[in-house]
Amino acid sequence: MAEDTPREAEAQASPEAHINVAPSPHLASTSGACTTRWMMLDVLIALVPLIVAALVVFRLYAVKQLAICVVTCVVAEALFTRWRGRHANLNDLSAVVTGVILALSLPWSAPWYVGLIAGTVAIGLGKIVFGGLGQNLFNPAMVGRAFVLVCFPVALGATAYQSDTSALDAVTAATPLTRAVQDGESASLWSLFLGNVNGSLGETSALACLAGGIFLCLRRTASWEIAAGTILSTAVVALIAQLLGDGVLSMLHHILAGALLFGAFFIATDPVSSPLTPTGKWIFGVGIGLFVMLMRLFSGYPEGVMFAVLLMNATTPLINRWTIPRPVGGPAPVQV
Amino acid sequence: MTEAATAAGPVDSGPTAGERFINGILPENPIYRQLLGMCPTLAVTGGMQPAMTMTGGVLFVLVCANVIVSLIRGLLKPHLRILVFTLTIATFVTIVDRFLAAYMYQMSKQLGPYVPLIIVNCLIISRCEVCASKQSVRVALADAVGQSIGFGLALASIASVREILGSGTWFGMRVLPAAWPEWVIMVLPPGAFITLGLLMGLVNWYVDRRQPSRR
Repeated sequence: MAEDTPREAEAQASPEAHINVAPSPHLASTSGACTTRWMMLDVLIALVPLIVAALVVFRLYAVKQLAICVVTCVVAEALFTRWRGRHANLNDLSAVVTGVILALSLPWSAPWYVGLIAGTVAIGLGKIVFGGLGQNLFNPAMVGRAFVLVCFPVALGATAYQSDTSALDAVTAATPLTRAVQDGESASLWSLFLGNVNGSLGETSALACLAGGIFLCLRRTASWEIAAGTILSTAVVALIAQLLGDGVLSMLHHILAGALLFGAFFIATDPVSSPLTPTGKWIFGVGIGLFVMLMRLFSGYPEGVMFAVLLMNATTPLINRWTIPRPVGGPAPVQV
Repeated sequence: MTEAATAAGPVDSGPTAGERFINGILPENPIYRQLLGMCPTLAVTGGMQPAMTMTGGVLFVLVCANVIVSLIRGLLKPHLRILVFTLTIATFVTIVDRFLAAYMYQMSKQLGPYVPLIIVNCLIISRCEVCASKQSVRVALADAVGQSIGFGLALASIASVREILGSGTWFGMRVLPAAWPEWVIMVLPPGAFITLGLLMGLVNWYVDRRQPSRR
């Protein structure tokens, strides 16, 4: 906390320095193309298909959640950074990204105070207490969501998604994963792919998640190793479960349903709370996939992406320490 | 009589009774400044009733243990003193435990193992070690009462936040409208950690602001 202020001041004081080595995301860069603001803009662009899918499926409910969460996160960021006596840098858009991801991870029916509390907790307890952007151990949006999920199990649990009286088609049935657990029914793969099913706002359409996620990976804003590791390990475990005849969901169901693709591309790839090295990213992604399948197959929760990401976030410092890359030409000779 | 017998070491060179009493409430608050006795702080602050029962138990045990230890401080052997402290504390904790089981059975069941665990509450052992084994009965008594009040205030603050947000009640009385969405996390263990951390930050901020030299 105390050490980054002089570093920032130093970087601003010497504009002629061309090599600036620091963990991502970067508050400033001499080239201008790789700033935090641009990374966050990339994420927002990639989230557009998901937002569109959410608007098509959930209409005004999606607008409501998005507005509440984004406004809360931005206000909380401004308020809490000011309390800490720091300059609130809202232009880096990181609070907006947290707000959008948080909103897309909530159910359509969540009452207004859920977004308000989740946004405040996400920014306050998930980010600013650790020292702000780049210092947080856990993904802020998932900290906020975990808090409200434990806080309001009725308003956010599996039953909150379903409403027989709603005018929306998608929400008359339970979410695909809940249906599989409770009723032993499996949704059609085509509807899971397009997104006309029940679920959290951003997770229903696999197509939108793939479109946005591949854009992020091509732009190198998100690490493809994390997404690939998550999806591959989920697929392997799901295939084993399918071959053993456990449950009604096939391997493709497990990949397309629930928040797996959304989590793999948008939540797990948060550059702050994920490992730095390629090997570490593979370990991180595979771990998330294994935890997701562990929770889907053996726990009381139908879905486990949020807890899987938070659990693996906690191991990130350890993974970083394990996977320090070997320098070219071998390690430096020991100074005696 | 025992006062005169304690010729070992300088008698009452430490803070006076008044200082001990005031110190216990905020400057050396056991929870917020010393971080002692975290186990009951986290475990029984889901509501005001268990928190205040715990405070009463700690008050009784701390006062009795401090007085007894102060009375026998001339007889203590350095290598056996912790054992003597623990046995003295255990005696009074047993009294509290049986008293609660006899007269407040529901509360005794609700507090469960946390009443016997007062024996190993490091707040009480630390007061015996820091104050009672070195100072007179009068100072030890003031110290015990001051520290218990500090402990009680800390527990009351945490329990108020947790019970009001988590259940919408205070001392079992409804203080928030029935439409209040209960923050279930607040009555669960994570709520205890979050509340303790935030309130401790608040107290530190307050103390730092009043005494800028402490920074």
